[in-house]
Amino acid sequence: MKGTIEIKGELSLLQKILHLNWGLVLLITALACVGFVALYSAAGGRLEPWAHQQMIRFGVFLVMMIVIALIDIRIWHRFAYWLYALGFLLLIVVEAMGHIGMGAQRWISIGPLQIQPSELMKIVVIMALARYFHARAADDTLRLGSLILPALMIAAPVGLVMLQPDLGTAAMIALGGAALLFMAGAPLWIFVSGVVAVGASLPVAWHFLHDYQKQRVLTFFDPERDPLGAGYHIMQSKIALGSGGVSGKGFLQGSQSHLNFLPEKQTDFIFTLWAEEWGLLGGVALLSLFGLVFIYGWWISFRCRHLFGRLLAFGLMMNFALYVFINIAMVMGLIPVVGAPLPLISYGGTAMMAAMIGFGLMMSCSLHRDVKMMRF
Amino acid sequence: MKKDEERRKKSFTRRALFVGALQGTILGVLGGRLAWLQLAQGQRYKTLADNNRINVKMLAPSRGRILDRAGVPLAINDQNFRVIIIPEQTGNLETALSRLQKLVELSQNDIRRVLTQARRNPAFVPLEVRDNLKWEDVSKIEVNLPDLPGVSIDVGQIRTYPYNDVTAHLVGYVGAVSRADLDSGDPMMRLPGLRVGRTGAERAFETLLRGKSGTAQVEVNAVGREVRELRRQPPHEGADINLTVDADLQIYTQQRLATERCASAVIMDVHKGTVYALASHPGFDPNLFTRGLPAEQWEKMSSDPGLPLNNRAVGGQYPPGSTFKMITLLAALEEGLVNRNTRYFCPGHYDFGDDRFHCWRRGGHGHVNAITALSESCDVYYYKLATEIGINKLAAYATMFGLGHRLGVELDEERPGLMPTREWKRGHIGQAWQPGETIVASIGQGYILSTPLQLATMTARLVNGGYAVTPHLLAAAGGQKTVHPETFPKIPVKSAHLDIVMQGMNETVLGRRGTAYGSRIETESMGMGGKTGTSQVRRITRQQREEGYRGEDLPWNHRHHALFVGYAPYQNPRYSCAVVVEHGGSGSAAAAPIVRDLLTRAQEIDPASQPLVIERSEAAPMPARPEESSL
Repeated sequence: MKGTIEIKGELSLLQKILHLNWGLVLLITALACVGFVALYSAAGGRLEPWAHQQMIRFGVFLVMMIVIALIDIRIWHRFAYWLYALGFLLLIVVEAMGHIGMGAQRWISIGPLQIQPSELMKIVVIMALARYFHARAADDTLRLGSLILPALMIAAPVGLVMLQPDLGTAAMIALGGAALLFMAGAPLWIFVSGVVAVGASLPVAWHFLHDYQKQRVLTFFDPERDPLGAGYHIMQSKIALGSGGVSGKGFLQGSQSHLNFLPEKQTDFIFTLWAEEWGLLGGVALLSLFGLVFIYGWWISFRCRHLFGRLLAFGLMMNFALYVFINIAMVMGLIPVVGAPLPLISYGGTAMMAAMIGFGLMMSCSLHRDVKMMRF
Repeated sequence: MKKDEERRKKSFTRRALFVGALQGTILGVLGGRLAWLQLAQGQRYKTLADNNRINVKMLAPSRGRILDRAGVPLAINDQNFRVIIIPEQTGNLETALSRLQKLVELSQNDIRRVLTQARRNPAFVPLEVRDNLKWEDVSKIEVNLPDLPGVSIDVGQIRTYPYNDVTAHLVGYVGAVSRADLDSGDPMMRLPGLRVGRTGAERAFETLLRGKSGTAQVEVNAVGREVRELRRQPPHEGADINLTVDADLQIYTQQRLATERCASAVIMDVHKGTVYALASHPGFDPNLFTRGLPAEQWEKMSSDPGLPLNNRAVGGQYPPGSTFKMITLLAALEEGLVNRNTRYFCPGHYDFGDDRFHCWRRGGHGHVNAITALSESCDVYYYKLATEIGINKLAAYATMFGLGHRLGVELDEERPGLMPTREWKRGHIGQAWQPGETIVASIGQGYILSTPLQLATMTARLVNGGYAVTPHLLAAAGGQKTVHPETFPKIPVKSAHLDIVMQGMNETVLGRRGTAYGSRIETESMGMGGKTGTSQVRRITRQQREEGYRGEDLPWNHRHHALFVGYAPYQNPRYSCAVVVEHGGSGSAAAAPIVRDLLTRAQEIDPASQPLVIERSEAAPMPARPEESSL
């Protein structure tokens, strides 16, 4: 019985390529194409300066994603902690000698590439946690003692990212990690009390926020408080979305975007640009595309025979979904402006790279769903 | 072990389903939020988006022209050439300005102003460097435009008054919008460069001349740069208006007055109230006001003792002097105190109580009747009647003939003058009326004040058969003839009495002993009647009287005002004219000759029989400007 599973789990390279999740690749490409169209429009109907570069990036990352997918899941499993350590190191480096950008240190320059270690951190935290829980027996997982280490593995990078300070990314790492704990079977009361604790500590946390972060939160609750200042982004984004109506203003016709009322239209507010020009129909279509990607990730996770793959795929899917939810909820004025891009759509290298690495790993889980994994 | 595996799998599935449901819910919430924004709130946000992108610009209407009755332009919109610079197109604004400075005169102030404005505005906002460019400057810049990136010539409008001081008071001038105008809430007042009428006809007919602003909807981006024009509603141009005056007569009048230091004149139609000329001297150049008056020049103008900014013809208030005697005589006739032949003896003075009132002729006039008392201007004759008539009766007749109140001519500068009554004195001075004051009032002295316009109107009412004609200045607006009454209410006095008064006025000019005989019009068909007036500015002291003072020896501002009211032709009057020469000495010497000349000229031109020309082609010849014509 054991043998058949093992043999069934091992695929040759050609088989791997054939069995690659081409449906997911198609969905990802469709999302990227939405991004190209939006960036083309954002530039006023030109490929430069955004759409063209984004296409090249996507091409490069697509290859990278497939390569990652073809690499044996056991290799990812073996190096999970090392990768975590590397990501953590990069975070410390960026804290020590990063460039100054947006009032917070977040970037490391490697040649022409600007890497945001916190983005990579989101992935490696999930990998490391997946390995950790894969190694624990189901009973162990429920023991409180075995949750201390994972909690530290989440808390350490979250703390570092908060120091940068990048509240949005820190929250996403924490949420992604928490989601993984949840999936791994941590007792429910932890999450319930966690929510209560977070709620109780909010007033305390308020004092540790930077002024610009406080501004964002305050203007979130009342954008009209300062319509020309901090509330401007939310106000203009809502105006752009609302004025799009059912069918939108038409391609290249978004007045809010093209007349520059909409800030950061090629990055954080690209969903707004899209929904202004394509209306409710376009917006719902884009949300549905994302929904399909989630379902795909969900399905991959379910079909995995080993816990590492299940947790990794599910965690990565969760991570991607968090990105999407936070960005879209932000531009719609449902949550404060946190400065998070819309993965695969927004202009920018790091976010796209992180998302594509995630999908690569997810597909690796899929390709190697039946392989025999080591326990530790 | 197997059981554990199963249980774990089940727990994972349960939790995955939970998370999946959560994700689905969140997606649903996002979609719902999008639908809420785009469907339920769509209209509201569409409006907000349009408010963002659409700027409504007001388009200035061009101001209506002011023309005379024949269509001669008195106020026009001249082209105003301006240098405009757009900082973002210049490369370097300062070098561009210094290059421009080599071509046209630019003050250090101009440059500093432009640089300051450039700092305050986005770089694409055009800035005005200088206006009122001369043609030479314009062509110099035009030739060099290729070397002047960002510089352009723009043609605006500037209000121009071709006749300068001739129409300064009548037409007035325009000025920049004031604080009060802005506070009026009229959005048009915020139009940059809008000029509003400040004085004269420009002010009186402001609403007609101004027109209504149009609008242009332009799409702008977030920093305000105009992207394109969406819609345009052209402005409703201001209406051209025709004044009732005749430019030739106005020019002549202004020049004739210029022989005196300070004088004013009104010529009007005795039947219709049409004002044909209305002039005040000294004048000023209204063009200075539209082109930005330097502070020192304004200082000079407003502190000039000659008060050049005052429109004396409607705003100057003078004691009418002997020109008031018609009213006193008419009152006496109406009250049955005298008839045509009632004779009194004038010894040169009249004693009332302890006071002695002097006649202007030291030796007295001897026997005078109603006619000669007027033509020879015997003061004593009126002194005798005054106390019997009483001041309130006198005031009632004066009021019927247009004194003591505004006549409603369109100019805001019109002042009411003053016709005292017992009640007025008690109310304003707090003292009882003295009979002696009635005596003084009977010859138009004391408290009585009148404007040249009132005197011309009074004369018109006396000689037109007793109709309460009122003066007006507007002949047509926007190509439509203005409707003025053709007939006026009859003043309740007997025609026979008016005939007697008019006979006396005719005799004043035509009779050899008349006070204005020297100023008669020789041409029989144009002959004039009238009445001289010399009003005291200061009381003549006993000492001066005894020493036999001479007016010419007094300091100018102590001399008497000289007045004359006249009408012509005397057989069937058409024109009435009033002239006041401030400190002119005597009415017969200073004012009567001017009225003679003005009425002669008025009858030669005869504007009353000329048709009103409402439309006039641009090519029509314009009457010569004053400096080009000779008297």
